Amino acid sequence: MTAIFSAMLTGLYAFMRYTAWRHPAYRKQLAERDFVAQVRTLDADVGRWYEIRGGRVRSRAGLHPKPDVTLSYETAAIAVRLLTPPVDWQAQVEAAKSFQMRVEGADELVYRFTQAMMATRSAGWRSGTDMGDGVRRFTNMTNSGPCFVYVKDGKILRITPIDFDASDARPWTIEARGRRFTPPRKTTLAVHGLASKSTVYSKDRLLYPMRRVDFDPHGERRTENRGKSGYVRISWDEALDLIAAEIRRVKVEHGPGAVVFNHPSHHTWGNVGYWTSTLFRFFNAVGCTRLNHNPDSWEGWYWGAMHHWGNSMRLGTAEPYGTVEDLLKEAQLVVFWSSDPESTSGIYAGYEGSLRRTWLKDLGIPTVHIEPYLNASAVFMRGKWIAPRPGTDAALALAIAQVWIAEGLYDKPFVEKRTVGFDAWKRYLMGEEDGVPKTPEWQQAETGVPAREARALARQWGTRRTYLAAGGLGNGWGGACRGPTGHQWSRAMVCLAAMQGLGRPGVNFGNLQWGTPIDTSFYFPGYGEGGMSGDLNNTASSISLYQRMPHFPSLNTHLQAIPRMRLPEAVLEGHAEGYPRDSRSIEGQFFKMRYPSPAHSPVRLFYKYGGSNFGTMPDSQRYMKMYQSPNLELVVNQSIWFEGEAKFADIILPACTNFERWDVSEWSNVSGFMYHAQVQLNHRVVTLQHKCIEPLGESKSDFTIFRELAHRLGLGAYFSEGMTELDWVQRMFEASDLARHMSWRKFLRKGYYVVPAPPERLRAPVAYRWFYEGRKKDLPEPHPLPSEYKEQYLEGMQTPSGKFEFECETLKRFAPDDQERPPVLKYVRSSESVQTERAGKFPLQMLTPHPRYSFHTQGDAKDSFLNDIEDHRVLVGGYYYWVFRLNPADAEARGIRDNMLVRVFNEQGSVICVAQLTNRARPGVVHGYESSALYEPLGEPGGSPDRGGALNLLTPKRLQFSRGDAMGNSNCLVEVEPWTGALPLAMETASAESALAASK
Amino acid sequence: MKKWNLVFDVALCTGCRNCEMAVKDEYVGNSFPGYSAQMPLHGHRWVQIRQRERGRFPAVDVAYLFQSCQHCDDPACLRAATNGAVTKRSDGIVQIHPERARGQKAIVDACPFGAVYWNEELALPQHWNFDAHLLDAGWAEPRPVQACPTGALRALKVEDDEMKGIVRKEKLERFGPGAKVGTRVHYRNLALYTHAFVAGTLLTLRGGLEECVAGACVKLLRGNEALGQAASDAFGDFRFDGLPPNERDLRIEVTAAGYRQQRLEVEPGESRWLGEIRLEPS
Repeated sequence: MTAIFSAMLTGLYAFMRYTAWRHPAYRKQLAERDFVAQVRTLDADVGRWYEIRGGRVRSRAGLHPKPDVTLSYETAAIAVRLLTPPVDWQAQVEAAKSFQMRVEGADELVYRFTQAMMATRSAGWRSGTDMGDGVRRFTNMTNSGPCFVYVKDGKILRITPIDFDASDARPWTIEARGRRFTPPRKTTLAVHGLASKSTVYSKDRLLYPMRRVDFDPHGERRTENRGKSGYVRISWDEALDLIAAEIRRVKVEHGPGAVVFNHPSHHTWGNVGYWTSTLFRFFNAVGCTRLNHNPDSWEGWYWGAMHHWGNSMRLGTAEPYGTVEDLLKEAQLVVFWSSDPESTSGIYAGYEGSLRRTWLKDLGIPTVHIEPYLNASAVFMRGKWIAPRPGTDAALALAIAQVWIAEGLYDKPFVEKRTVGFDAWKRYLMGEEDGVPKTPEWQQAETGVPAREARALARQWGTRRTYLAAGGLGNGWGGACRGPTGHQWSRAMVCLAAMQGLGRPGVNFGNLQWGTPIDTSFYFPGYGEGGMSGDLNNTASSISLYQRMPHFPSLNTHLQAIPRMRLPEAVLEGHAEGYPRDSRSIEGQFFKMRYPSPAHSPVRLFYKYGGSNFGTMPDSQRYMKMYQSPNLELVVNQSIWFEGEAKFADIILPACTNFERWDVSEWSNVSGFMYHAQVQLNHRVVTLQHKCIEPLGESKSDFTIFRELAHRLGLGAYFSEGMTELDWVQRMFEASDLARHMSWRKFLRKGYYVVPAPPERLRAPVAYRWFYEGRKKDLPEPHPLPSEYKEQYLEGMQTPSGKFEFECETLKRFAPDDQERPPVLKYVRSSESVQTERAGKFPLQMLTPHPRYSFHTQGDAKDSFLNDIEDHRVLVGGYYYWVFRLNPADAEARGIRDNMLVRVFNEQGSVICVAQLTNRARPGVVHGYESSALYEPLGEPGGSPDRGGALNLLTPKRLQFSRGDAMGNSNCLVEVEPWTGALPLAMETASAESALAASK
Repeated sequence: MKKWNLVFDVALCTGCRNCEMAVKDEYVGNSFPGYSAQMPLHGHRWVQIRQRERGRFPAVDVAYLFQSCQHCDDPACLRAATNGAVTKRSDGIVQIHPERARGQKAIVDACPFGAVYWNEELALPQHWNFDAHLLDAGWAEPRPVQACPTGALRALKVEDDEMKGIVRKEKLERFGPGAKVGTRVHYRNLALYTHAFVAGTLLTLRGGLEECVAGACVKLLRGNEALGQAASDAFGDFRFDGLPPNERDLRIEVTAAGYRQQRLEVEPGESRWLGEIRLEPS
């Protein structure tokens, strides 16, 4: 064995020399640093050393007196087994775990040596397609869909959707009512993706590490100046040394939990580069307080609907399978209720659903759209518009149910056999409890919807096979579930569906956004599986990826947690309480969280990804006070752009975009977050995310930043396992089913793979058909988890009774006396209703839905192409203002004209927007999207009007109900007036460059 | 000789603006010698979606209209240009040559569609040239068409005679003075953008409760001339679309079994919702 080991080490030397001769990039890599590394056995003095000096390799058999790096194996036999190609990752990881393989030396040099070995494999890889004329075509994946990226002279030339070639798989066909429907052989890319080039090359890109000019970690920290002071450019070494030293300091001085991190709900796309991956792995290794993220776009479903029917692993939303085909074949009516898939693209789904909704038009299936604002989907479908006042939807729903009972228009056998608690529901609806029958006339006073329309809708719906599209995806998510009464709405939606015989042909949840007949068995990981995190507790890694891609597990040993929305209170007041998102069971949400935890430290060091919270979190003024508190001793922000919260950090680390790093991913695949979210696509597409261009300025990928930080904490080898991003990409490729269909080298060049559609007989069954017919569950989803079935595995719903529960047993067991969330749904007037006292001062109801043209805060501002879309921002006096829509009658009463600057305000603050007059807003309702990327106070941060458009400054932090953690900020009371105040003379948005200039 | 045409269907446009962004992506920061110079980062809309809102709450709709250089067969810009700055290609595409058009603001002013933009920095008139550089390099369709998710925008390279057949079959129209100058951009369902609707809602009292009146026969008349007939739907709503705006002397007549006939004058104007119309039992 020793002889073979020695021969392999000699072979490695030969490989290194050959690669250095053949590949200039490898030569360059070697030339970056001189060092001596050796590989040896521990049971005997056998080994070989390699001296890398001036880009050349020299090597001798035997042991070196003073190597910088030593890689040792217990025995020659073990070494031979681990060094024999192809790499056996399972064996590597096991050898490291059992210390049969060890490394010594500075982390950075260890990494250089493993890379000197690994790169002998990868130096010859070629990626992308030569398009002639010096243009190379790469592939990438975005939140907006997959794309081709054409690059010339190291610069992005263009970004397009992907047109499939002749060798790619054919799509599916649905036959319905004598028509055949087949999607075209291409992908769609949403508008925020098409605008990517402008945000990559934005003037607001952070290009260098920066330190707040008046932040001195060894002296005065001047935390009160966060958000006010400028920045000085510093080196990466200075920035990372400082952060590493502070991490060490707060852990020693304060104890466990002193470090806290937070990430936005969305990130630039990828599996290796997502926050579930590198961020989790790093902070698990460091130890930290976790923020428990409330299910912010699922609130009403998670805290409300779930108690009626379970589906906890889908956060209370509906099963999505097979509904496109069933709807096209069977449905006679589609009711879109707070459902705007044309604005939100489902989620991540390009514009895949838009074409399918043209088929609804082709078949002449009528639609109804219930929303206070005539949303983009209602405009496109041209159906009947019904506009209840914000937050009153449940009243309309109750009246519909009341008509169904009064006129016998519901599925009685289904209610009899498959539900419980109907009598209690009926008693409430018919007024037998409170003397108030929930009639169409009753609802009119609350909703403003004419009673006759509610009655007509109930009759239409009750006499036709009807699909209910609830929320942007049709089966939940977004829309009214995020409002102050969101749980009432979501609960009402599922109760209505149950009354009509959920799962009956043509009766289900959907709007053709989810439920396409694509393959669901082909395995490729999604970002919810945690990438390289090895985090088995907080990602879905343990389901498939961890077994398929052996890697080091990671575990946070600090047990302290804070409900995400209460972070400002936790920092400012030192304590916070709330209820968790824990989707394993229905009851997971009942376990109260308390901060601080015993013997843990209050949070002292805050590490933030990006700057979105001012635009996306309720009452976001709270965050400015938090940032300026001395309780936070260090604030780090790792961001691509200089915007939002990034301007409140002590140290800013410039991250690069997904076009500047390696990654691999599947379109729309988020795995555990929304299982099989690819069923909103016409084609499953896996892409290699080529590193299309070099990172701009000195920006780096998240992986690189955390690796270099880890080196400073002695965690380098643990963090990276000696691998580069591209090595991890290859490991993930090999772990997936794709490796059986395409070679790595071909994938590197072509960059994408289309998963073939299954034969018709293997398509997933229709959601809830099993339940309607009283069979075992037969859908391709691995949940509810086995212990959640009550009597027999796969039989019945997740509820205590196994049936649909109009009266929720879980709520009865938890808090039967809860008036805000009672076991039987009851209408409770919204705290942001026009019938409250506050409405005297703030009489307009503002809707703040998910944005249409930007995605989260991505694509907005940043001097993006999207600024030119007048429904997104409008240029007034040299500044692009956020659009705010109001009915002409409300505008006239306030002297507001089109394109005038207005102050939107309530007792929490003021936001300056540009007015757009539109009849799409019902009188009394005003509309502006949430998720502005900008927060630009005219004076003191937190105490002056914002002209960035962060409407969440005005939304309430009040929870939907007290015994849960549901934010309810998608509508609130405001007043609007023409803006007559002064505006700053400098009309340009403060860019990273100008922030630096200001400090000089 | 096959020539390029665009067909835009108003009814299929979601207003997503992909066509606008695809063109910005193609031309901002890129110049294609012989074809086009760089587009400014902001301000120019070589391709744009215009929107038009009609009616008032609760009868409201919105239509989107694709606008760009219309690649006229009789281009006014070509006549206004000197030095051969504008040419008409044999495939129908109108081409402003950046190398020869410098300083010629007259080209901007000549366009009856406002589709030519003035680039201050380069002193150049600029327009969307159908992505001619891509088509010449073998692309099957220009980028706005590739990026369109619903097929609302189609590019057809056909003989002029064949296009005439398609125009007839699909009832395509031209926009503005398009017929006069021979535009190569054709529109389907254009009336949703250019014309008006008259709508109303029928209701009655039955057993003390308001009810929608479905299935009533509603006639739209000018004088005694019947312009159209519609039935009210389950919500009592009826609608006549495709009317020239500001038509005078319009009235409607509502007939429903069991109700007294109702007649209403329609005020001339843009799209109108006539409001709630109460029917009395006969």
